[in-house]
Parts: sequence; structure tokens; C-alpha cells
Amino acid sequence: MSLFNVFNTAGSALNAQTIRLNTTASNLANAESVDGDPAKVYRARHPVFQTLMDTSGDSFDQEDAGVGVRVLGVVESKTPPLMRYQPDNPTANKDGYVYSSNVNSIEEMTNMISANRSFATNVECINTARDLLLKTISMGH
Amino acid sequence: MFDNIFGIHEQALMLHGQRLGVLATNMANSDTPNYKARDIDFSAVLSHTDEAPLALAVTKAAHITFNDNGAPASDLKYRNPYQASLDGNTVEMPVEQAAFSENNVRYQASLNFINMRIAELTLAINGQ
Repeated sequence: MSLFNVFNTAGSALNAQTIRLNTTASNLANAESVDGDPAKVYRARHPVFQTLMDTSGDSFDQEDAGVGVRVLGVVESKTPPLMRYQPDNPTANKDGYVYSSNVNSIEEMTNMISANRSFATNVECINTARDLLLKTISMGH
Repeated sequence: MFDNIFGIHEQALMLHGQRLGVLATNMANSDTPNYKARDIDFSAVLSHTDEAPLALAVTKAAHITFNDNGAPASDLKYRNPYQASLDGNTVEMPVEQAAFSENNVRYQASLNFINMRIAELTLAINGQ
């Protein structure tokens, strides 16, 4: 693993955290969505992260060392949607009930802060690796 | 004469570069469930770089010598977390950040030593 790999590693993390921020934005935007059918209402989405393994054999010590992170997929929350009595809502079912999305705003906000922090840390990693590489390139001058 | 101009700093620079990558991987996976943080045991690597490893006896021409160059797998170890996490992830951001900046300083120190050596040799070559 050379210093250049830091760009790939931290870059993959930036990508993963961006996807996490995107799902958070989508969840918060749809936090107040309602529908008369519980199967159709918006459900909170969360990305699942997985370590990327370097299996090429030329890694640091011929051992499977992690080289980054990827988003394995986006899963929908299994929490049942909230049922509310709103007979004047046009999407209400015949009994006058609507189902609102199962997005937990507090959970989404903490997720957003965590993603923000991780993103900033990885940007800092890239900056450090770049500075060190530039200094190494100018070795002997 | 020029076999070993930079002493240990050449190897130290490479090792710090590798450690930077390992720490960056830890930080990239700070939110990955079941990811186990890893680190290089610097003193362990150092201990078997300054002494020659035990060589296998070669008594016949067909014998193959065992060449162990590069860091062995056992030097990349798993970190013990101070506080267990529910999702099985053992990355602790402050620990990683501290190790990262320490490694950064050590890398630059080795680089400085190499630069000073080059300046010395240039001075000797120019003779002024």
C-alpha cells in the first residue's frame, strides 16, 4: 500500500458518506409524506456500508487488507408506519385514516452530523497525504 | 560507500507511508459495521529490520533459500478498542486521528533526515 492509495481509500469513503447524506436528505424531505395505503407510504432508507478488500495479492503484506468502503445497498426501515385519523385528507382510506412515513427526524439529524464529521475527516486525510507526497516529490531540493 | 546512505530513514519512510494507508483505511471504515481497526506495530517491524533474520542452511545446490523481504503479515495487527461498539466496529476516531497526526510528523521527520543527508552529500560533491 503506497501513499497514493490513500486517495482511493479516502475517496471511496467520501463517496459512501455522500450517499448516506443523500438518503438522509431524502428521508427528511419525505418525513411528512402520507398515504392511505400502508404499503405505498414512504419508508426511511439507510445505506449499508461494507469494507472493500484488496484481493489482488500485491497489498501491503499479501494479506487481505481493507482498501476502502463501498455502499452494499440501501435498505428500507421495517418500522411500521404511523396511522393517523384524518378524514379530510384526500388520500385517506375509506375509514378516514392515513399512514405517515416511519422517518425518525432525530435519527436522521444524528446520521447527518455523523456523515458530516466522517466526510471532513476523510478530506483531511486526502490533504495530509497530498502534502506528504508533494514534500516527498521535492526531496533533495 | 553509497549502499546505505540514508540509514534506517529509507525504510522508516516506506513504513510510515504504509501506516498512513492503514490508518486512512480505518478512518474510511469508521461507519462500516463489523470492521476491525488495524495498525502496524512499528517497533516489531523495526526489531526485525535492524538484525539479519535467521538464514536457512544451504548444504546442497538444489536447496532454495528463504527470502523474507517486506513486512510479514503479523505486523498488521488488530486494535483493541477502549469502548466496544454495538455494531462490531472497533474504529475510534480520536485514536485514529491522533495516530494519523503522529505518523504524519514521523514521516516528515524521516523525510527531513533524508533531505539533510542529500544536502550534506551535495556539499561534499561540490566541495564548496
